[in-house]
Amino acid sequence: MLRPLLLGAATATAAAAALALLLAASGFPPAPALAALWNGAFGSTDALLSATLVRATPLVLAGLAVALAFRAGILNVGAEGQLLAGGAAAATIGTLGAPSLGVLSAPLALVGGTAAGALWAGVAALLRRRFGVLEVISTIMLNFVALHAVGWLVRGPLQEPLRIYPQSPALPDVARLPALVPGTRLHVGFALAVLGCAAVWVVLRHTAAGFRLRMVGLNPAAAASAGRIDVPAVGMRAFLASGALAGLAGAVEVAGVTYALYENLSPGYGYTAIAVALLARLHPLGVLASGALFGALEAGAGAMQRDAGVPAVVVVAVEALLVLLVLGADQLRARGVLRRPPVRSAPRLAAETAPIEATP
Amino acid sequence: MTLEPIAAFLEATVRTATPLALAALGETVTERAGVINIGLEGAILAGAFGALVGAGLAGGLGGAALGFAGGALAGLAAAALFACFAVWLRADQIITGTAVTLAALGLTGTLYRTLFGETGAALATPTTPPLSLPGLSALPLVGRALFAQPPATYAVYLLVPALWWWMRRTHAGLALRAVGERPDAAVAAGIRPVRVQLAATLFGGALGGLAGATLVVAQAGTFAEGMSAGRGFIAIAIVVLGRWSALGVAGAALLFGGASALQYLFQAMGWTLPYQLFLALPYLLTLVVLASVSGRVAAPAALGQREL
Repeated sequence: MLRPLLLGAATATAAAAALALLLAASGFPPAPALAALWNGAFGSTDALLSATLVRATPLVLAGLAVALAFRAGILNVGAEGQLLAGGAAAATIGTLGAPSLGVLSAPLALVGGTAAGALWAGVAALLRRRFGVLEVISTIMLNFVALHAVGWLVRGPLQEPLRIYPQSPALPDVARLPALVPGTRLHVGFALAVLGCAAVWVVLRHTAAGFRLRMVGLNPAAAASAGRIDVPAVGMRAFLASGALAGLAGAVEVAGVTYALYENLSPGYGYTAIAVALLARLHPLGVLASGALFGALEAGAGAMQRDAGVPAVVVVAVEALLVLLVLGADQLRARGVLRRPPVRSAPRLAAETAPIEATP
Repeated sequence: MTLEPIAAFLEATVRTATPLALAALGETVTERAGVINIGLEGAILAGAFGALVGAGLAGGLGGAALGFAGGALAGLAAAALFACFAVWLRADQIITGTAVTLAALGLTGTLYRTLFGETGAALATPTTPPLSLPGLSALPLVGRALFAQPPATYAVYLLVPALWWWMRRTHAGLALRAVGERPDAAVAAGIRPVRVQLAATLFGGALGGLAGATLVVAQAGTFAEGMSAGRGFIAIAIVVLGRWSALGVAGAALLFGGASALQYLFQAMGWTLPYQLFLALPYLLTLVVLASVSGRVAAPAALGQREL
């Protein structure tokens, strides 16, 4: 119980230190900027609930999507596109379907978004299975296709009736997610994200399917020969489930926060999700923590920009530096430079850490 | 029917293909050494920003030259960050590359807003005007496309045969390919794989940086956040389609340039289709191309391998 807490504290400290260094290097006094960030993220109940946790919700869901796929050895870096597909489906169901669906609008919007995300991932899964296309490239390409498809939707079939703004009409109340804490912007999507993390953890840890998924990620050859596991089928199922989670993230964002579809629906949630998953070392419960940390960073960044004049985008660099820090620590540990702690590390990061022969 | 729209389409094809070819040629060398650098996208973006800074330091044509120098340096820095983790520490190449791209996105965005203001007002940098080769540029149809381009395009013309010859016909090129195919055999032959991979990665980063500089100095004349827009990933697909050969990569880059330039042709012809379709076309083409060639082309055997 103590170890994760210590790790979390160390990570948060590292984030603050990296940020302070970056700020000092770009000529901003770090102290007031960090104070502004802290206030924006944790300064009040409202900052915590309406800013940090609202921002963390899509990051946790998309981060969970990435972590699940990576655990199966599927490098799904297309959470962004799957999230947009989910958002588009939710907006379509929420706006066009609400009159006939009534109270079912909101749940069906989420279900539709989840299915759309799985479908979008399914394109890359099919390309991998049938044609051997590297999913690292195909999912990135599909991210751009999804972005332009949303651009077309909000200027074409799904545009608001006045046809002035490139966005969909606003979702009617019945299709919106209810607030989780009355009086704040925190919506039930956050509860779904927490439940999702717990569910994925249970599945991975305590079910046969989860065991097979982990085996495939750790060592596909051994899984096939010793475990008689259908490796491609397990990989495909993990890919689809991953897309479904990312699609749910988009649907939750549309039905819980923006209430409409537009091109800039996601400020790169799907890309940040990769950092969220890697920082959590692909552990579903860790994703909850790292998603919350990044949510706080990004929510606080807005306040930092407003109050201290520091560009908010600086936190993206901090997120990337944290990931590199984790990668570097893992590698140094594998080389015996750092002490090896008895923690289970991520499959791709662990499966290949056989001792590296020094080159003569 | 006049040939003018077609000539303009070909001209736009070569223009859009130039940065793609630069980045893909660099990645070809990197991958031949067994390193797949997904951080190429970050190197292009860093290069674009480096070009803005370099070109901003001086005006006029000197500014354009400094822009290319700044772009190459910034691309080199991005590749050095990648190499530090992926080549030296032997971390997973795909994951490291993704992190480097994210880092470039965040850092260039921050520095851009810090140095040039919150509004991000469109900064004009000096650009290199097209250089018409006398006589050749007057050729019908292809004259303007091939011989009235910014200097960066001519650099690609020189680079393609040079790289082809270097990889096929020199000892250093053989060493590079040996490291990418059989690192153990390379070691036995007295080659140091880590050094070769380091050099190849840095070379690829520098060319990626030049590709970014081309976007700024030879095309847009300004910088925008995230302006690389997936070109690094497209370049990686181009390397696969071009079968890891300089000549093949040049041809594949032209194909993708053409896909991006189609929108101009369609506008000129007055065909009305949603323009987002054309914006998405290069990405869709990448998928189709990869689906049709993957499994039938042989990547360097040790590509992405972590143990040497």
